[in-house]
Amino acid sequence: MSTPPDAAAVPWTRRIPWQTLTPLLGLFVLVVIGAMLSDSFLSASNVTNVLTRSAFIGIIAVGTTFVIIAGGIDLSVGSMAAFVAGSMILGMNWMLGLGLAEGVVLALGIVLAVVLGLAAGSFNGFTITRGKIEPFIVTLGALGIFRSLVTYLADGGTISLDFAMRGLIRPLFYGSFLGVPWPLWIFGAVAVIGSIVLHRTRFGRYVFAIGSNEDVARYSAIPVRRIKTLTYIIQGLCVAIAVIIYVPRLGSASGSTGVLWELEAIAAVIIGGTALKGGSGHVWGTIVGAVLLSTIGNVLNLTDVISNYLNQAVQGVIIILAVLLQRGRGR
Amino acid sequence: MKRISILLAFLLASAFAWAQDDVVTIGVSIPAATHGWTGGVNWWADKAMNDIQERHPNVRFVINTAGSATEQANDLQDMVAIDQIDALVILPFESDPLTEPVAQVKEAGVLVTVVDRGLIDPTIQDIYVAGNNPEMGRVSCEYIADRLGGEGNIVVLRGIPTVIDNERVEGCMEVLDATNIEVLASEYANWNRDDGFEVMQDFLARFDQIDAVWAQDDDIAVGVIAALEQANRQDEMFIVGGAGMKEMIARVMEGDDLIPVNVLYPPAMIATAMEVTALYYVSDVPVLGEYILGATLITEENAEQYYFPDAAF
Repeated sequence: MSTPPDAAAVPWTRRIPWQTLTPLLGLFVLVVIGAMLSDSFLSASNVTNVLTRSAFIGIIAVGTTFVIIAGGIDLSVGSMAAFVAGSMILGMNWMLGLGLAEGVVLALGIVLAVVLGLAAGSFNGFTITRGKIEPFIVTLGALGIFRSLVTYLADGGTISLDFAMRGLIRPLFYGSFLGVPWPLWIFGAVAVIGSIVLHRTRFGRYVFAIGSNEDVARYSAIPVRRIKTLTYIIQGLCVAIAVIIYVPRLGSASGSTGVLWELEAIAAVIIGGTALKGGSGHVWGTIVGAVLLSTIGNVLNLTDVISNYLNQAVQGVIIILAVLLQRGRGR
Repeated sequence: MKRISILLAFLLASAFAWAQDDVVTIGVSIPAATHGWTGGVNWWADKAMNDIQERHPNVRFVINTAGSATEQANDLQDMVAIDQIDALVILPFESDPLTEPVAQVKEAGVLVTVVDRGLIDPTIQDIYVAGNNPEMGRVSCEYIADRLGGEGNIVVLRGIPTVIDNERVEGCMEVLDATNIEVLASEYANWNRDDGFEVMQDFLARFDQIDAVWAQDDDIAVGVIAALEQANRQDEMFIVGGAGMKEMIARVMEGDDLIPVNVLYPPAMIATAMEVTALYYVSDVPVLGEYILGATLITEENAEQYYFPDAAF
């Protein structure tokens, strides 16, 4: 899409923002299919389950939206989540051992997760921009590093949160406020803030400009390196927030935590209408993409129509169809 | 004079080589700790190495962990070429791709012990140590069938699509087919806590009446428990996991209604294999052959002897 033609000259169908609506259309079709296949699909508890489940990938994917729109990629988010989760649990266990009150431990645990997320994001960002290395390579390396670190911290096993903390931390995932589970409030807040930052601030416009054409952005006196680094730091922060609601769920982390989350986050972003090459996209599409991804798994679990062995094939087909739908419309 | 010194050097060198021969090097190749059970394998391999080396100073172990079948095949070449191993204890990542690499190790004159996942050609191995997957499924579902009195509704959470998983499920179904127990649904939970949680959430949304859950694996069972507690339905059913995770054994020991039993599929089998292989060199007792460990049903009565609080799993 180059310069928009004169509004009066185009038919009304061209003026509807299809790129924003088509991910929603895909989700709607999936919901209709789900409701037809299973009576329990639209039950309140199932809808809550699916939305809560999508919060992890959704929150991470908000950060991924920034990275991808700026023309980058981050393959390390799944491993980073596992590493931050493992460190947060070990940190809280250690502080409990020092005799700190549980409330203080929880607050410091959350601070620790945020600090680690920011640090991990900074590592990626600065290595990419200062080291002038392709983001694919840096974050692929980081993927291996974080994954190994969590396995090392866990001594090859599983890191479990001290039972004394469980009572206080559980409500972060299982509790709700005004009938809506806490993870959804946090997911919503991250989405709103992410959307405002991306679409309503100068920083956000710079992110788009860099993704569209980095050279032009540089000639326009946009601080390209700083903005790009910041997108990876935002990604790290989003991972930390996702971890803060992930840890209360099972109170454990291991080498198998967050495996392939990076691909799910990238898929959510692309399904949501953001271009993988950067320069265009929006946060709300990403949210829809994340919900759509967890809905696919849910529908497959609720029905026996399709053989278990084909689950991943169905997911693959739906992802491709969802993107095909919006590209076809966009033309 | 020169000739004598060469001869002397030769004699010294061969004496040195002979002394070296006294030390037996056993290579141990296992998958990296990617989930709870393989984590347990790593922990037990380490422990067995220290124990055996302390008892027999002339036995030396070299442990390599691999992240993929290809990596494991490369490790084998290094073990033969660099470490010059006398024996190999291997828990193959996958059966097919590792059969040929292990056969080559065997051709180099190395004693081969295969653990858990059998090779395509069983003639390669000198010693075979394994858990019993069909038996594990059978024992699990016999308990479920007995406890439910032969009728009721159960859900099944499977592992990762592999031969191991198929054998366990087939072993279970043979038992259940002879009863009036209905398997409402079965889905893959990939031997993983998060997947266990999500799959069980969906089963709970889908079915109002579930009498028992066969989770097959203790990591999956951890997720199942969390899902039941969230839906507040933990009093309606019981869970049969498996593998012998210490937290689960502890619950069985305490007489937990939700986790009444566990079925053993011990990661410690790697230690069994290392012990047997070392025995071949340090004693005269016959050791070559196959060792199939039982899939013991762990109940409140016998749980204590399977509880290892220090283990990683």
